[in-house]
Amino acid sequence: MSIDTDKRDAERTAAVRPTEDKIARQGRLPRWSTPGALAAAAVVVGGLLAATGAFSVGLFVFLTVVLFAVGLYALSRVVEGARKATDRVVTIVVTSAFLLALIPLISVIWTVLSNGIARFDVEFFNSSMRGIVGEGGGAYHAIAGTLVITALAAAMSIPIGLLTAVYLVEYGAGSRLARAITFFVDVMTGIPSIVAGLFAYALFALFAGPGVRLGFAGAVALSVLMIPVVVRATEEMLKIVPNELREAAFALGVPKWRTILKVVIPTSVAGIASGITLAIARVIGETAPLLIAVGITTGLNFNPFDGRQATLPVFAYYSYAAPGVPRDPYIDRAWTAALVLIVIVMVLNLAARLIARLFAPKTR
Amino acid sequence: MGKAIEAIDLSIYYGSFRAVEGVNMSIRPKTVTALIGPSGCGKSTYLRSINRMHEVIPGARVEGRLELDGTDLYGAGVDPVGVRRQIGMVFQRPNPFPTMSIYDNVIAGQRLNNKRMRKDATDDLVERSLRGANLWNEVKDRLDKPGSGLSGGQQQRLCIARAIAVQPDVLLMDEPCSALDPISTLAIEDLINELKTDYTIVIVTHNMQQAARVSDYTGFFTIEGTGKPGKLVEMDETRTIFSQPKQKATEDYVSGRFG
Ligand SMILES: Nc1ncnc2c1ncn2[C@@H]1O[C@H](COP(=O)(O)OP(=O)(O)OP(=O)(O)O)[C@@H](O)[C@H]1O
Ligand SMILES: [Mg+2]
Repeated sequence: MSIDTDKRDAERTAAVRPTEDKIARQGRLPRWSTPGALAAAAVVVGGLLAATGAFSVGLFVFLTVVLFAVGLYALSRVVEGARKATDRVVTIVVTSAFLLALIPLISVIWTVLSNGIARFDVEFFNSSMRGIVGEGGGAYHAIAGTLVITALAAAMSIPIGLLTAVYLVEYGAGSRLARAITFFVDVMTGIPSIVAGLFAYALFALFAGPGVRLGFAGAVALSVLMIPVVVRATEEMLKIVPNELREAAFALGVPKWRTILKVVIPTSVAGIASGITLAIARVIGETAPLLIAVGITTGLNFNPFDGRQATLPVFAYYSYAAPGVPRDPYIDRAWTAALVLIVIVMVLNLAARLIARLFAPKTR
Repeated sequence: MGKAIEAIDLSIYYGSFRAVEGVNMSIRPKTVTALIGPSGCGKSTYLRSINRMHEVIPGARVEGRLELDGTDLYGAGVDPVGVRRQIGMVFQRPNPFPTMSIYDNVIAGQRLNNKRMRKDATDDLVERSLRGANLWNEVKDRLDKPGSGLSGGQQQRLCIARAIAVQPDVLLMDEPCSALDPISTLAIEDLINELKTDYTIVIVTHNMQQAARVSDYTGFFTIEGTGKPGKLVEMDETRTIFSQPKQKATEDYVSGRFG
């Protein structure tokens, strides 16, 4: 048999040049086989569906991917062997899962963009809703409120969160108090945001009586949500600072607090800063707590200690849930507010990356 | 500079575990003392107790006395931070500060302690320390580059420069060459020979030849079994330890008949 002699030949050469020959003996599919197989699967499935008259995009995509995976597996198994074939199937599965996960994200961005772009104009950014009925107006007051309240929340959460993390990692490690704090931080991470809002409202109602609405109360509610995120992010970053650096500083006669301030934190500042930025991005879009604790207003109010303030999420919510007449301008403004929020969060994420790159320890 | 160290019946504990028991050892000023012994016998533990570095581990403590030129380092009112300023340490793995340049690494002891110094005084100190660590010629053109960009051997010498820049009396080294190639090892051994004119040096090593090459005195530690405390078996001039030790255990170890 020729196959048998071939095989024996191959084995003989394999004994001489084992690795080289193993690679050479294995067949390989040409590079265009992947797009080719995908196209072929699409054509076949498309044709079949058209023939049965039951065409739908979802079904088409699903069947194409299935046929593509099965076909490429069979082809690859014959030509390239089992290991390569499995590799190809896993690649297809992972890529499909990734694309699947991307669908809602892209669709959200697309919807918000296409609906929000209409009012993404100068007026939206430089006028409030005072005296506006129907068309026109903007969310200047809501943008200002969101920035003020979030900045206030950050100003409260960052020091508390940072110091808590420093305590947990540098001082408390393993102590009962540290374990208790870790437990409560974990619990706090899971608090529904509405509960944080109710807490802040109830707290301020104690002093100012029921019905209180205050930007500061909203900032407190956001802090409740933000602190655990900051603690967690900072804690992880401090933990990966090698102990050797602390010991190096101690061995130079540097006191512990200076070591933390000048060695541990600078070494991890990139991660901490980006963690904090992400924590801010996390709370800036919170709606429920602000709905309860801050309320809404139509006019500009920069003072978080003086009555209601408008914020972007709440503005979007009210514009959508309780529009005036005519309805459309309100709906448009709601979409644009959502778009502005998304832009802010994106900018914060980019900032986080930039900060991480800027502060990262350099080796060259 | 260069002070004497005297351990008197020193026992060292990690919590309730006694890691080292009853060490009596006098270390003469401006000598090199090598500590040898099998793994886990407490060499590092003992070394770290000399500058109170082991205290950074929760629950670690000592019993007995440890004197630096007659003052008890563990006496009431002695600040461990002050002790570490007098007794520097070089670690097994080079650990320059990654956020700092070579220049800043050398004067990290001053910078981190917020000591104000004139620019020319700092420049001078950096150059002296780097020359002292035999590193000056290799790095003088890139002092502003990060210390972590150096080779392992250079990093270790940078750490030595950093340790001598705070002008301690004693320099402790815990296997300073174990992560280095033979050439860098020789460079560091030469350096140790030069440094002993100014400093008292205690070095832990697993390398018998190294102990024989660099040290004037050698202390041999051993351990009877896991969970038992490590002990100082004997300490003598290095020549004596390697040629005619008094204890059978020492002879077995230095001649390679030990595990
Ligand atoms: N942080 C610690 N906590 C508890 N026990 C420790 C700690 N560090 C060391 N030990 C124990 O103390 C004993 C001595 O350890 P040490 O590190 O001093 O040994 P060594 O002689 O330096 O060993 P090697 O040559 O392997 O470095 C060992 O039994 C070790 O398990
Ligand atoms: Mg050791």
